[in-house]
Amino acid sequence: MAHGRDRLVKIIDPHIHMVSRTTDDYQALAVSGIHTITEPAFWAGFDRGTVEGFKDYFNQLTVSEPARAAKFGVKHYCWICLNPKEAEDLKLAEEVLEIIPDFLDKPTVLGVGEIGLNKNSRNELKILERHVAIAAERNELILVHTPHLEDKLKGTRLIMETILSEPRISPSRVIIDHGEEHTVEEIRDKGFWVGLTLYPNSKCSPARAVDIVETYGSDCIWINSAADWGVSDPLATLKAANEMRLRGHPESLIQKIFYENPKAFLSQSPKFEAS
Amino acid sequence: MGGEKSPMSGKEVLEVYFLENRARLIDIASFLDRVDRTRDPETGKTDFRYKAFMRGLKILVESEGNRTKALQINFSDLSREPRKSAVGLKGAYGAWEGPFGENH
Repeated sequence: MAHGRDRLVKIIDPHIHMVSRTTDDYQALAVSGIHTITEPAFWAGFDRGTVEGFKDYFNQLTVSEPARAAKFGVKHYCWICLNPKEAEDLKLAEEVLEIIPDFLDKPTVLGVGEIGLNKNSRNELKILERHVAIAAERNELILVHTPHLEDKLKGTRLIMETILSEPRISPSRVIIDHGEEHTVEEIRDKGFWVGLTLYPNSKCSPARAVDIVETYGSDCIWINSAADWGVSDPLATLKAANEMRLRGHPESLIQKIFYENPKAFLSQSPKFEAS
Repeated sequence: MGGEKSPMSGKEVLEVYFLENRARLIDIASFLDRVDRTRDPETGKTDFRYKAFMRGLKILVESEGNRTKALQINFSDLSREPRKSAVGLKGAYGAWEGPFGENH
């Protein structure tokens, strides 16, 4: 069993919500070897009331946040969408969908995300279908949010059915995120990439994420922190990497999970270049 | 789809993880005792979350492998039809209240 070697791992955190984090967090990412991040559009903790509110948020993701990250030597990419938690107001959702293509054209936007389901409702499904159609028309990558806890298994299956019913989308260009022990196998069996999220209580611990890699293998899988405005850890990926090292996994496997795999998936977008 | 296997021996796993998981087990016992000490323990024990938790403990003892996946499925909504509406719903409970919320 190998214990901590003094090596700076090169890590991409492909799912982190930096608009909710401080400059101290950027500093911590940079000095820890996390120099490339991608930030999906998500729920702000409250429902936005107007399309202008979304426009401001998308401007923050595509203009302000990359500039803030660059001051710390961190490359910031993002994904644009309407989060499923805000899909029940169909009128507003349609207005937001209208402005999304303009933002998808921005130079640091890698695709549509994080789309998906939250409580597996009919309106959430309608808006998911609309996002999938936009991605298909524009040949965009897709980053999927799967629901929490008891809703995850059903939601993951509904999401996969919806995406697979769109023949223009290859599952190899879709990452289904927040996978856990009961969904990872089904996701990869259908040809999708799978993401594991290190988040206290509601998702994976570093130890469980490594258990999943040991159980299901290291292909087409990435691990992220999804750090946001809740209790979460922007350096969680480092802790999972260290968990692998503690167990004696080789550095080449650690590098594959935390750098090569996300780089391979994200490089399907011509806009992406890893630092 | 083969896994990477654990490079650790069984003894090493125990050396590294036994104490923290022993503590977790005691925390679970303490949680159940806490429910017992409430002024209305039967209310807690008929809650769908408590029932799912107790089923989970049985799965831990009786399963011979894939315990984590079995536990996850134990807590999952196993219905297939989309919910009519999610208005007013944001979070999750951690266990499924049943097809008609009958255990809620």
